[in-house]
Amino acid sequence: MLTRRTLLASTAALGAAGLDLPGARAATPPGVVVMAKQIDDVISFDPAESYEFTDNETDGNCYRKLIVPDAKDPNKIAPDLAERWEVSPDGMTFTFHLTEKAKFGSGKPVTAADAEFTFHRVVQRNKTPAFIITQFGYTKDNVEKLIRATAPNTLVMELPTKQAPSFVLYCLSANVGCIVEKAAALANQQNGDLGNGWLKTHTAGAGPFKLTSWQASDHIIVDANPGTGERAGVKRVVLQHVKDPAEQLLLLQKGGVDIARDLLSDQLKVIAGNPAFHIVEKGQANQLYIAMNQSMPELAKPEVHQAIKWAIDYQAIAKNITPQTWSVQQSFLPRGIPGALTEQPFDQDLGRARTLMGQAGLQNGFSCTMDFISAPPFDQIAQAVQADLSKIGIKVQLLPGEQKQVITKTRARQHQLAMLVWGSDYFDPNSNAQAFCANPDDSDNSKLKILAWRSHFVNKQLTMQVEDAATELDSKKRLDLYKTMQEEFWDVAPFAMMLQRNAVAAMRKNVTGFELGPMPDFTHWADMRKS
Amino acid sequence: MSGSVHARLARLAGTAGSVPITLFGLILVTFLIGRVMPIDPVIAIVGDHAPPDVIARVRAELGLDRPLPVQFGIYLDHLLHGDLGRSVMTTHPVTQDIATYFPATFELATTAIILAILVGVPAGVLAAARQGSRLDHLVRVVTLTGQSIPVFVLGLIFLLTFYVKLGIAPGTGQIDVAYDGLVEPVTRMLVVDAALEGQWDVFWDALAHLALPALVLAYFSLAYITRMTRAFMLDALAGEYIVTARAKGASGARIVWRHAFGNIAVPLVTVIALAYAGLLEGAVLTETVFSWPGLGLYLTVSLLNADMNAVLGATLVVGLIYVVLNLLADLAYRVLDPRTR
Repeated sequence: MLTRRTLLASTAALGAAGLDLPGARAATPPGVVVMAKQIDDVISFDPAESYEFTDNETDGNCYRKLIVPDAKDPNKIAPDLAERWEVSPDGMTFTFHLTEKAKFGSGKPVTAADAEFTFHRVVQRNKTPAFIITQFGYTKDNVEKLIRATAPNTLVMELPTKQAPSFVLYCLSANVGCIVEKAAALANQQNGDLGNGWLKTHTAGAGPFKLTSWQASDHIIVDANPGTGERAGVKRVVLQHVKDPAEQLLLLQKGGVDIARDLLSDQLKVIAGNPAFHIVEKGQANQLYIAMNQSMPELAKPEVHQAIKWAIDYQAIAKNITPQTWSVQQSFLPRGIPGALTEQPFDQDLGRARTLMGQAGLQNGFSCTMDFISAPPFDQIAQAVQADLSKIGIKVQLLPGEQKQVITKTRARQHQLAMLVWGSDYFDPNSNAQAFCANPDDSDNSKLKILAWRSHFVNKQLTMQVEDAATELDSKKRLDLYKTMQEEFWDVAPFAMMLQRNAVAAMRKNVTGFELGPMPDFTHWADMRKS
Repeated sequence: MSGSVHARLARLAGTAGSVPITLFGLILVTFLIGRVMPIDPVIAIVGDHAPPDVIARVRAELGLDRPLPVQFGIYLDHLLHGDLGRSVMTTHPVTQDIATYFPATFELATTAIILAILVGVPAGVLAAARQGSRLDHLVRVVTLTGQSIPVFVLGLIFLLTFYVKLGIAPGTGQIDVAYDGLVEPVTRMLVVDAALEGQWDVFWDALAHLALPALVLAYFSLAYITRMTRAFMLDALAGEYIVTARAKGASGARIVWRHAFGNIAVPLVTVIALAYAGLLEGAVLTETVFSWPGLGLYLTVSLLNADMNAVLGATLVVGLIYVVLNLLADLAYRVLDPRTR
């Protein structure tokens, strides 16, 4: 029977539950690096399907590719599994010579047959990132004929159509180019899926790590992959899903994690100058921009494009809202991508912006909506843009939404203004040039529905230049074409390019060797050490 | 068979018959909400950069290009065959995900309800027995606070106090990363599995991680259970049979626990059952705050990722539990209270 005595005893037990709990100790295990990161973007770890930040980053550490951008100079291509390669004078045939030293986690050597299988399955499965390979003209019908292993360590790729060699090479360095162990994939295939179902949650690569465990929106665990002979500085890396940056900071401070990956400017200020922590940063190929839908008559006026670009105080936003995490970049190519212009032609000039509004016949202004992702720091940036545009008479109604909600709306071309983030698909200027400039068919049946199409931006000259640059064999001429495109874009495009992301990883002082890359799959964990 | 037995069976059948209707309504509403949400579920699968042909193919594979009634019919057909579809987020069948995530919620909610009963019921009884005393005032203030503060705010306050400021409790999650994967998932309730394997380091760590979210949820339920117990007891203590018991010289404790408490046990079962069901609802927020890998967190993340099979499946399970607990409480009421027979 419950009495007052038992009540008091149970209350005391409740109080005691909060005292010196064993799990309260704050240290991650030796040899294990724990990162706090938002990882709920993961869809699949199969390189033929993986297309989000976290799964690409994981793949980048579990697989190797034929070639990669040079870490010291990303304008150059460096060897990885392919120790050398040749391009025929007409630019139509690429021959890769694979190293004989590389091994998969199973201990089997990496061969040209694995590389051949990798590219065949990318085209045959035709998942989201397949376009990076199929844009060269490969189809299910021709890929087996055109990409083939001609010797145990020789892979020949014949192009169906002429392409710029650097364009092809950078595309092969994308995550979709991760070489998969053929035997492992086929041993686990179901219903002819070439191992897709199994590779969604497993890895079969020659990288320094292998995927051990993934629980959606909870954790990713990778362990060292000794069978490959690739060295890893730690035996295990854990990515713990922590969505809230403030919670990431808390865990870092308390020792619950070794690295916090998504801290915002406010959190970075807290640990700035604290010797217990250090920071690694890297400009990434992600850009924040405002799209102006040309289906809205006011926004279709060229003068209004320019007025909006001149009304925004980019520097104040970068300085006051996003120091260290986003910096001003006004070209459609992010810094670091070959050919990117780093000039900043636009600064806030309200007089000029008002004049342009007058020239557009809109001296009294107009009202419109702006969709944006409802998350820091975008909410603060949206408010700053709203305030800036109100100074030239544009009354902006802010429409915050979940990321996928905003994307759904812009894909349906139902927005007016939209403030969004775009990440390059691969480390070549064609990725963003095509996204922002090319719109050969503005109809609903278009086969290319990227950013220009989504805002009804049609510019035949820019569209043609994108195609010309993609097929230009001379590298210097090619980069000149991108320079011209970027300058024209400033004058005519209904996009206000604002900021470029600077990825920042804050870590405890006993962790070293963590390298952020300009693309997610170029972020390296292998050299991490924990003292 | 007597008429009264027939009547009881008919009442029982009526109660049980309302379950599928309730569940059908739940599925229909959740399905429709999922389909009118301003998020394209295909984007959640293929991402923003996918070309139009890939998007069209995936839309067709998911059956999203068909009319809404057809989509609903297909879903119901699969459901009747025990197939809740596949989660986009985890790539697993939803049934498998529910089997993975639900035990953590069950562990949390059950711990919380046990704590809430152990504290709430005696507190309510004693407060009523000493109406107007300092103890009564204290219980009323504590329970009013528990019912007034949103559970997620309480969770954040607990984390701030015990983890951040005092440093005597672990942070979020179900287990320290050092112990992750050390225990074979038998029941998938970490505390139980660790105890079964005799892994006492893991057991204590899991228990420590369980403490804060369980206390938050327990406080949330305790407030409700205590207030209801107090109200039932006040009503019972004013009964004529209590006056009779006093006149017969029964002791105070006997009057309170034997006579009064014995009579409120029946409605209290219903209250506790509803509180237990309510914990599943409260667990959604608590699990989010504490990153507790249970069904609530699964539901929240699925919703944000427009993973509608997962949302429908998890909602159905929560609804099913709610309905079943209600049904059991109803049955218990009829069994325990002879006046309802």
